[in-house]
Amino acid sequence: MNMIELTINNNKISVPEGTTILNAAKTIGIEIPTLCYHEDQIIKANCRVCVVEVEGNKNLSTSCSTQVTQGMVVNTNSARALEARKVNIELILANHDADCLTCQRNLNCELQKNANQAGIRVNRFESVLEKKEIDNSSPSIVRNPNKCIKCGRCIEVCRDVQGLNIVDMIGRSDSMEVLPAFGKYLSDVNCISCGLCSLVCPVAAIYEKEDIQEVWDAINNPKKHVIVQTAPAVRVSIGEEFDMEPGTISTGKLVSALRQLGIDKVFDTDFTADLTIIEEGNELLQRLNNGGVLPMITSCSPGWINFIEQYYPELLPNVSSCKSPQQMFGAIAKTYYAEKIGVNPEDIYVISIMPCTAKKSEAKRPEMSIDGKNPDVDVVLTTRELGKMLKQAGVDFSSLKDDTYDNPFGITTGAAVIFGATGGVMEAALRTVYEVVTGKTLEQLDFKVVRGLQGIKEAEIDLNGTKVKVAVAHTIANARKILELIKTGKSDYLFIEVMCCPGGCIGGGGQPHSTTNAIRQKRIDATYEADRNMPIRKSHESPAIKSIYEEFLIKPLGEKSHKYLHTHYKNRKNK
Amino acid sequence: MNSNNNILIKTVITKNIGKINPNSIDDYINAGGYKALQKAVKMTGVQIVDQVKASNLKGRGGAGFPTGIKMEAVLNTDVTPKYLVCNADEGEPGNFKDKLLLENDPHQMLEGIIIAAVALNIQKGYIYIRGEYNKAIEIINLAIEQATKKGFVGKNICSTNFSLDLEVRSGAGAYICGEEFALIESIEGKSGRPRNKPPFPTVSGVNSKPTLINNVETFSVLPFIINEGGKVYAEIGTATSSGTKLISLSGNVKNPGVYEVPFGVTVGQVIEQLGGGVPNNLKIKMVQLGGASGPIIPPSMLDIKLDYKEMADLGISMGSGAIIVIDERFEMFDIIKKIMNFFRHESCGKCTPCREGNRQILKLISKIDNGTATIKDLKLLETLCSVMVSTSFCGLGQAAPTAVITTLKYFTEEYANKIKDYSLQSKSV
Amino acid sequence: MRKGIIALFIVIFLTIYHKKIKLREETFTMQLLQVIEKHGRTPEDLLNILLEYQDTVKTNYLSEQDIKLVATELNIPENKVYSTISFYSLFSTTPRGKYIIQVCSDVPCYVNNSVNIVNELEAMLNIKMGQTTSDGLFTLEFTSCIGCCDIAPAIRIGKELYGNMNKENLQKIISEYRRKK
Repeated sequence: MNMIELTINNNKISVPEGTTILNAAKTIGIEIPTLCYHEDQIIKANCRVCVVEVEGNKNLSTSCSTQVTQGMVVNTNSARALEARKVNIELILANHDADCLTCQRNLNCELQKNANQAGIRVNRFESVLEKKEIDNSSPSIVRNPNKCIKCGRCIEVCRDVQGLNIVDMIGRSDSMEVLPAFGKYLSDVNCISCGLCSLVCPVAAIYEKEDIQEVWDAINNPKKHVIVQTAPAVRVSIGEEFDMEPGTISTGKLVSALRQLGIDKVFDTDFTADLTIIEEGNELLQRLNNGGVLPMITSCSPGWINFIEQYYPELLPNVSSCKSPQQMFGAIAKTYYAEKIGVNPEDIYVISIMPCTAKKSEAKRPEMSIDGKNPDVDVVLTTRELGKMLKQAGVDFSSLKDDTYDNPFGITTGAAVIFGATGGVMEAALRTVYEVVTGKTLEQLDFKVVRGLQGIKEAEIDLNGTKVKVAVAHTIANARKILELIKTGKSDYLFIEVMCCPGGCIGGGGQPHSTTNAIRQKRIDATYEADRNMPIRKSHESPAIKSIYEEFLIKPLGEKSHKYLHTHYKNRKNK
Repeated sequence: MNSNNNILIKTVITKNIGKINPNSIDDYINAGGYKALQKAVKMTGVQIVDQVKASNLKGRGGAGFPTGIKMEAVLNTDVTPKYLVCNADEGEPGNFKDKLLLENDPHQMLEGIIIAAVALNIQKGYIYIRGEYNKAIEIINLAIEQATKKGFVGKNICSTNFSLDLEVRSGAGAYICGEEFALIESIEGKSGRPRNKPPFPTVSGVNSKPTLINNVETFSVLPFIINEGGKVYAEIGTATSSGTKLISLSGNVKNPGVYEVPFGVTVGQVIEQLGGGVPNNLKIKMVQLGGASGPIIPPSMLDIKLDYKEMADLGISMGSGAIIVIDERFEMFDIIKKIMNFFRHESCGKCTPCREGNRQILKLISKIDNGTATIKDLKLLETLCSVMVSTSFCGLGQAAPTAVITTLKYFTEEYANKIKDYSLQSKSV
Repeated sequence: MRKGIIALFIVIFLTIYHKKIKLREETFTMQLLQVIEKHGRTPEDLLNILLEYQDTVKTNYLSEQDIKLVATELNIPENKVYSTISFYSLFSTTPRGKYIIQVCSDVPCYVNNSVNIVNELEAMLNIKMGQTTSDGLFTLEFTSCIGCCDIAPAIRIGKELYGNMNKENLQKIISEYRRKK
């Protein structure tokens, strides 16, 4: 590895060949301002904010895209560089709805940060903004074209990570806009609501539908018995909203914080994750033994369900009929739980804290309502929204004392907590299935990356002589590859886990904006650490699970299970 | 095209224009065509490239990069497959020289392309012709067909092991696709937005493979270089600019058209002696060189020699060689608005300074033109132009402000007269 | 009784009309498939396909249906096709006239009286730049330089370039196109 010597702001440094000026500067504590740059994405160099002066070059250079050369002399703060940065930011602001004080991303906006950092006190350019309609059509995602800075991050994640290309640059020059095909509303195109676009957007051009006020209204409504469920992924991520180290397990603080909001009972989606394992594990065994449709594919990721319904409805019979843990929880809350505490289900208000934006539309699906009138899950808040709401409530998260979940849904297992990581559902399911079939404990799943198919892993386990090949895929681009294998008869898998988002739910579209692939890995590590620290690590060993079957469900895949815990899907191709 | 028995004209690549039927390959062969190719297939790649280097030929599309060096880079790479692209997306306003070559001597350009491909071991080539040049597209397609039948292109060129599959691609109405990477993006079936440079096309071009991309006129010179030798070409023109340049002369002149002149001829000579000067005895107000992206110079500068170095020393460039004459009837600001509207329409939209800057320039120019601007606006205009030049992603944004920058320099009084609080002390140029 | 007969006529009319639309749609689909067959199904072939196909459409545009078909046949996302079309000036996603008259709006034509050409055309066709005549025959558009600066002022109609335009030869050319109908 060749080392290159160069000078940045009069500092002589030595960095590996191939390093960009941006990263070279970081090694000596110089953070050159950037805007369109994202460490997980292709270098775009279109905002032209990160420009620096390189001696000998007539023009300024974008530090994100320029590799260092031997003897290069860089000045990141020359008069020309500082002025150019200001001008380019002012140009963006002149075509931006700068209503910062009331904006969704106030204090958490990369454009705002840059304008502040550049010391802009007045925009010398006249505004050229022609206000366009805000797209509110989707229950999960909102598009505000008046704030878009045309960085292209959303396009890249939707096109390359998800393989969908729902939005793209439409038109040319200053009338160029980021739009769905034909300029349609999001709800009229095959968007899957995964929200990865909202995760990477540097400003408030794409964001999740905010439901915080609804939650306050319920909490402050004396007639409502308000309960909350928290996804496995939230406990290893929420701390980042309060500047805690990524990968911190803050389960106890999470429970404490939710109580501070005045919520009546704080429950854990992990409970129904365990429940899902029992139902889904049994469903797999039933399909294996009775010639059911195989491979069976998991169904807890609503972005994934949205995908298969709109793009490959012919393969819907392969999807498990199990509801997601979120929805199982809502159904149990408004039947079993309502009965147990003697409250009218109509007076029970279920909040769900999720790393996911697609969960918002999942909760609104008409079939996700036991009584046919009220949704089983009343509202979904993303991790980001919870962070906002806690700040609104004045909760100092990092200084809270730990608290524990309420019963009867307080006992959960390590198998449940790993749902948040890609491969977690598979491992959780197999821990139970393996033990039920062989009577032995599954030590560890040995995953191998599928050759030529990155993002897809496979493993094989021996179920008393029957070799069961399984696969795990995350991101929709990889899900599509798996489906194509099934369609063309090339799949010899029996059970497949699909997660819509990179890294699994911990990398979901509703997670903190600081999310990067490096941070995803930290959250995954924390997830498996949390699993190791759980006293019970297999779903079928949970006493809470045993109770609910004894008291209510009777048996897996039984009548009550089918009524409350299983669902059906729709062919939504060709809208 | 006007062919004068004029000492100003030097016929190197326009010798067949109007003298042969472009749809007849036999006409071209009888005029000496495809001899260079037959010679080239017996030479090594190094030999051919050496001749091009010796000729000091610079790219004729506007950027003026030494062709021999570009070819050498593609010759020396081990990465395959390699591609060739002929940039026939002539979109710079005021330019029509490539149209002339494409429609009137298609085989000369083809021969040059094939020679380059043979030299560099390239088996796939694209000729990207702008969508509005339908006649040229037809003619080139026919020429390729004819050349294939004669064994000059396709499999086993001139009965050797060389092969070249040439394909014509049509543009679809985007000036930016004349930029090398935007063009390559367009060939790959996408919107024409430029890529980060480096790497340059010689390293990573079509399908991220090494690509030789040159202008129509540049390729058209290659047969001469092979036939006569690079040194002969270098002896034409000046010490710092070798060979001839096809000048597209237009605007307010008696004899608009394409003139092939040796470098060293002055702008004024082209306008007066070849162009016949301005009709109706009107005076020249301003001349734009190169095209819409080129400098606007006053009549006092018309004795500038068409020479890369001499012009560079003055801080200007001749670009693709257009000369647009504008007479005294026209208002400078109207001309500038036309130019800026062009760039605004043609900007690809990718980068901030160009996407937002072109229309902001228009706003400021309009303000100045209608007399409501102050010195602050003028300073802002200068700053904006400077930032567009120094930070735009590609040549379009970098060159778009040239008309404004040069008129600010050479026609300062026109601005000064319209600015309320202008004074000599606040002159900041 | 009378009402019944009228209703019957309406139903028959609508059925025939609906069939005509379907037939027209099917003709377009077949036409497009033929163009795709000719060029190939790789993403590289996209522009060639779209240009050639749009030329065969009397209203000179690419419909949503066309775009969806191309996306399916070439196996590329629909918005990739749509966004590419939206980038290039020669494409349109809304119906236009049979003949697109493009008037150059750049400096060499401007200083050779292109403004006059615009005025003449607008008067002759009774529409403004950007509009289509009510008989669907002509659309007036501006274009960037078309390389006819030596025969300025110049226009492009369909695939033909015309230079040295003035009122007289404009009238002549427009009449010719009317007769071509």
